[in-house]
Amino acid sequence: MPVTADRTQPSTRPDTHPVGRSWIRPFHALLLGGTLSLFLGALLSDIAYYRSYEIQWNNFASWLIAGALAVGVLVLLSAIVDLARAAWRGRPAVYFVLLLVAWVAGFVNALVHAKDAWASMPAGLVLSAIVFVLACVAAWLGFSALRTGEVR
Amino acid sequence: MKRRAAACAAALGVVLSACGGGDPGSFEVGPDPELPPPQRGLLPSMTVAEPAPWGDRQPTVPEGYTIAAIATDLAIPRQTLVLPNGDILVAEGRGGNAPALKPKDVIAGYIKAQGTTAVEGGNRLTLLRDGDGDGTYEVQTVFAENLNAPYGLALVGNALYVANQDALVRFAYREGQTRAAGAPVKVTDLPSAINHHWTKALAASPDGRFLYVGIGSNSNITERGMVAEVDRAMIWEIEAATGRHKPYATGLRNPTALAFHPETGELWAVVNERDEIGPNLVPDYLTSVREGGFYGWPYSYWGQNVDDRVRPQDPAKVASAIVPDYSLGSHVAALGLDFSTPAMGAGFAEGAFVGEHGSWNRKDPVGYKVIFVPFRGGRPAGQPIDFVTGFRGEDGKTRGRPVGVTVDPRGALIVADDLSNTVWRVTPRSRLSQR
Repeated sequence: MPVTADRTQPSTRPDTHPVGRSWIRPFHALLLGGTLSLFLGALLSDIAYYRSYEIQWNNFASWLIAGALAVGVLVLLSAIVDLARAAWRGRPAVYFVLLLVAWVAGFVNALVHAKDAWASMPAGLVLSAIVFVLACVAAWLGFSALRTGEVR
Repeated sequence: MKRRAAACAAALGVVLSACGGGDPGSFEVGPDPELPPPQRGLLPSMTVAEPAPWGDRQPTVPEGYTIAAIATDLAIPRQTLVLPNGDILVAEGRGGNAPALKPKDVIAGYIKAQGTTAVEGGNRLTLLRDGDGDGTYEVQTVFAENLNAPYGLALVGNALYVANQDALVRFAYREGQTRAAGAPVKVTDLPSAINHHWTKALAASPDGRFLYVGIGSNSNITERGMVAEVDRAMIWEIEAATGRHKPYATGLRNPTALAFHPETGELWAVVNERDEIGPNLVPDYLTSVREGGFYGWPYSYWGQNVDDRVRPQDPAKVASAIVPDYSLGSHVAALGLDFSTPAMGAGFAEGAFVGEHGSWNRKDPVGYKVIFVPFRGGRPAGQPIDFVTGFRGEDGKTRGRPVGVTVDPRGALIVADDLSNTVWRVTPRSRLSQR
């Protein structure tokens, strides 16, 4: 453990989130932001397709979901590393489980989006909304836990 | 059942599987097929052909008939044409340049490629000749090359028409020729953007004034957008002399073979219908083609059965959709059609031969054979009869996939096989003994 890291930490308190200062944290945040944006893009594309019947939005949504799932695998790995290294596992565990649920729902959504033309609707739109909300809640919980850890 | 389910899941390499649905049956074939409600799980069911060499095996033909491979090592034979002197022309090639639009297209493209030949398409016409009439075609030579995925063939007098995937072209033909004298002349361009369904079927009217070209849709069910479907899923009527053309009939998803009935002079077509709404939907069909008729695609199938996957919908078009004449069964992939002649033998004298390439997006494979649909008075009459089978063995391996079927007026059926790159010839045995 580097000495500099301990300077910000009152010595009287236990180090509950040692990972907060490792390389995994900003990398993790970067990936999580990516997944969120991709899922949001998919949701917006679905809304556009639902309103316009313009098939290109459906194609966009399919690729955005695929991208979100690909990046999402790395987010899940980061979350597992965090979970393993965290001294207090409550919030990181909730964060990880929510992320996992969002990813699985996202995968189902990818299969729904593989159906041709309007066959992906309205299920695809509903799933995209659910997945985005789940991912948002997961990120919120996960990173608010991190912040309190760092401020302490 | 367990093995099939496993194969189905393995096809996508995913545990999740929506394999299901009943087996095909006679209820699905004929003029009035039973249509189950549409169904689609999270994954489409698939069983892709597993190619294997013929070895010592041969396709099976009815008692009293013999089959022989008259040409091998071709470069993807699709349709054939029997010339007046008995020579056979074979169109060879592979077309289509549809880009993958979704992640699914990338995966499906890879899977489907497993069930086809690895040979590169020839983009040429090969001529086969049996000079002494002994049933052995001792000449196998290139008649024309540098074509663009040629498919449909028709001879009108001295004009040999070839439907490339992007244009209808004409060669000047002299009887006895083994090589085209020069490059072909273009009659007219054909719709070729994307070319999701690239094959251009061709038939000439009995008087030779008009040519009919089948142009397939640019998607399964409009998933490439409505704009991509302009001039698609229809049969064009083209004036041979001028190249002027108009839609002759529309709403035909993929009209893969055309033929004129020898007695009624009516145009008939085999049409491949849409996928991904169940193993027993939608039947591919054989139908007479009415001028100006609309046959449903994409808005509806088999008459007024609305396809909910299409937006915007069009109730007026649905109401006008014609019910096809004869169901061949769902996913059989009919790619060949020709009418028989009495020289084919008493049991197969009146009716149509249909080449079925075989299914891929169905758990229990169907097709992979040549059938005979008996006709009476110019209309289909009765259940189809298997004519050439054994392309898919009982061991689950696929050795051949029939495409074009052509009746030689001397009494033979020519079958192009685009998996083993072979041309087969089926003859009644009585014909041989008469010699």
